[in-house]
Amino acid sequence: MMTAYEFDVLVMGAGLAGLRAALAAHQAGVTVAVITKVHPVRSHSNAAQGGINAALTDRGDKWEEHAFETVKGSDYLGDQDAVEILAQEAGRDILALEHMGVIFNRNEDGRLGTRRFGGQQRARTFFVSDFTGQALLHVLYEQVMKARLPVFEEWFVTSLVKDEHGQCGGVVAFEIRSGRVALFKAKAVIIAAGGLGRVFEPSTNALICTGDGIAIAYRGGAPLMDMEMVQYHPTTLRGKGLLLSEAARGEGAYLLNADGERFMEQYAPNMMELASRDVVSRAEQIEINEGRGSNGCVLLDCRHLGKAVIRERLSQILEEAKSFANIDLTEEPVPVCPGMHYIMGGMKTDVEGRCWDPAGRWQGVPGLFAAGEVACLSLHGGNRLGANSLLDTVVFGRRAGRCAGEYAKTRPHPRIGDAVVKDEEHGIKRILARPGTDDTVARIRHEMGRTMTESLGLFRDQEGMTLAQRTIAGLRERWNRVAIHDKGQVFNTSLVRALELDFMLDCAETITLGGLTRTESRGAHFRTDCLDRDDEHWLKHVLMYHRPDGPPRLDFLPVRVTRWEPQVRVY
Amino acid sequence: MLTTFRIRRFNPESESPQPYFEDYALVTERSDTVLDALIRIRETVDESLTLRCSCRGAICGSCGMRINGHATLACKTKVAALASSGETIHVEPMNNMPVIKDLVTDMAGFWEKIRHVQPWLQPTGPEPEGEYLASPDAMNHLTGVMGCIMCGACVSDCAALEVNPDFVGPAALAKAYRFVADPRDGSGSSRLTALNNPNGMWDCTRCMECIEVCPKGVGAMDRIMTLRAKGIEQGVPSTSGSRHTEAFAEIIERKGRLDEPMLAVRTFGLTNFKQMFSFLPMVLRAFVRGKLPKSGPLFRPIPGADRIRRLFRRAKERP
Repeated sequence: MMTAYEFDVLVMGAGLAGLRAALAAHQAGVTVAVITKVHPVRSHSNAAQGGINAALTDRGDKWEEHAFETVKGSDYLGDQDAVEILAQEAGRDILALEHMGVIFNRNEDGRLGTRRFGGQQRARTFFVSDFTGQALLHVLYEQVMKARLPVFEEWFVTSLVKDEHGQCGGVVAFEIRSGRVALFKAKAVIIAAGGLGRVFEPSTNALICTGDGIAIAYRGGAPLMDMEMVQYHPTTLRGKGLLLSEAARGEGAYLLNADGERFMEQYAPNMMELASRDVVSRAEQIEINEGRGSNGCVLLDCRHLGKAVIRERLSQILEEAKSFANIDLTEEPVPVCPGMHYIMGGMKTDVEGRCWDPAGRWQGVPGLFAAGEVACLSLHGGNRLGANSLLDTVVFGRRAGRCAGEYAKTRPHPRIGDAVVKDEEHGIKRILARPGTDDTVARIRHEMGRTMTESLGLFRDQEGMTLAQRTIAGLRERWNRVAIHDKGQVFNTSLVRALELDFMLDCAETITLGGLTRTESRGAHFRTDCLDRDDEHWLKHVLMYHRPDGPPRLDFLPVRVTRWEPQVRVY
Repeated sequence: MLTTFRIRRFNPESESPQPYFEDYALVTERSDTVLDALIRIRETVDESLTLRCSCRGAICGSCGMRINGHATLACKTKVAALASSGETIHVEPMNNMPVIKDLVTDMAGFWEKIRHVQPWLQPTGPEPEGEYLASPDAMNHLTGVMGCIMCGACVSDCAALEVNPDFVGPAALAKAYRFVADPRDGSGSSRLTALNNPNGMWDCTRCMECIEVCPKGVGAMDRIMTLRAKGIEQGVPSTSGSRHTEAFAEIIERKGRLDEPMLAVRTFGLTNFKQMFSFLPMVLRAFVRGKLPKSGPLFRPIPGADRIRRLFRRAKERP
């Protein structure tokens, strides 16, 4: 007898977006389950350090300013209707999180305190020391425990399933602990499985960030959008690429070149270190390339902030610099360099998380939703502002959860045969049965990571990206033959890593194709062979549809402009 | 530098599933963590080596394991700090939980105990329009406990859990403390009453291991001690644990040294015949060997006991 689970709404991923979506769907009164390849509190949302943005009117802030700065940060590629919703609903969501138990930093009068973050004129970033993501994630998981929502931990989703009408009907997954394959039927599936950082090497992202959700949506028929938009964070540790939060600069830290100059003066005289991330990262790399770096890095100097501020508000990066770079931030500046951090692109959704086209019809897969880094509304356009990603997860996680819940109420249970499980079992058996070769999954992954960093990093051009495209195709060929040496059923992480690499190669292909397609420089996508932003031709999104045989089908969608016409972007 | 890693392996699917040790020699760099080394072994020597890991930055809590006999995060442990002169590094799965495969343990029981303390905010009264008002100090204090990443290191090395697997354990108690100390939570006294039960806060034997091994400085044992103090303060029904604590302090205050038979009597009650009888064989053995401790009026306060009393007074006067 085949195992099958059945719920109204199934959420794939248990980070902030997934848990928020699950809670919202639960509140809509339908049955909900969460399926995740790691325990919820191991999710990468943990790594968000600095905070979460909201313009609260009772503090003299205006949501319009937050929205405008987000649009400007996106280099005018963000869809302004989505950005307006984000900025308008932010305050309510922050208060909801506080009521759930998040221990936000307080002012002397006992109210929530804020700090400044990049690309914004006002201090509107709410925070918990410098582990805001962890604080939020643990509290949302507390709420999930309280609501007794079923969580299928350490289950690896391999594909979406659809019924005979192409309607989303759930997922197929295997339990990592036992190797057992099962069908999870659902009337609506919300993909909230995070980003794809490991496609690049190094990256600030956790080892689990392998683009599973993006690739599964893509293969399932959903369009991917703006995949070329890859954010480099200005302050990462060289080598492994661990992140040092923007909170440091938010609190007032300086960036210095090897000559001790605050070089941001040359690049962003008004905002200095707190210009948008794409601008600061490029500035750093130019300094390094022109010989004013030291050892491939510039310096992040916190010393003038004083020990008390560093200990209280930057405790985690203080510990991190000590553990991983052997530097005491209170005594010395720490060498940092730009590092791959976030994917602005992802599965195209509307403002309710639906896989919808602009005319309000399902495109690709009816019943499929997404939220968080996996999704692309697009909110962040060409460049995301710091502390907008946590906000994105809670606002649009909530909206996707509620909408999926309401949608599920109108739908019958999907009719899916057992064949999908059999197919998956056979697929896994075939992979495990591949004959041994010299090649390894790890080697292919490292080559992919290096290729992407070299050719799809801060500076790109036609030649490099074309070469990368060929390399990735070759790696795909090698993946088709590579053997898995662990043949077991129980906790076979070799198999998991091979399947993750399969997903990552899809991501690498679409990022590269997106980069080659967009012949301008905008936000994080900077082409040395097309230096300028080209609003006449490229104020639009690049969409890609998967085709099983042959290259993806490309499509374009105009950017939605509500009130902010594109201007020259200076900081 | 060539470093040897002696790793405890376990494959439940092998013909005779028994744990065994396997040695791997690896060239390591100064900057390498034990996690870097394990990943390199997995990628270049033995793909089947199984462990959990994700963030590499001591924030996700996945790579809890025992290294050289103590639980820690592999990503936070530098190889060079342990093997500067070529020592072998021992790597084993966490203790006090079943092993699934190699370094991967089953943490279901861990989470069961976390759930047991009802780890969610339980405010009383209507929700405020805006945020709850709370002092910055109270919130800053809580960030210390919220730093817990649920890696399981404290539970792995808890001595009390090794003896009594039903003990709720340091991680769950630290989590409970996080709510008891939260000015927004309204269920403090019912939480304390629940923790007062057997297997709760009085089962900690204060061995300090949880403080020692915690990679995030949560200080579980200190939190447990505060829970106990709050329990006594708020007058939750007395248990042998709380009576032990109070009697201990009172005897020392009076005599300047411990009167052990009196402590037992005060803890369990003279009329607790079952418990008192159970001590008899031990008392007899101690008597035969001439080690029966003196007690009662025969056991005089030490010289200078008044100075100890003064210390107690001063401690009590402190705010």
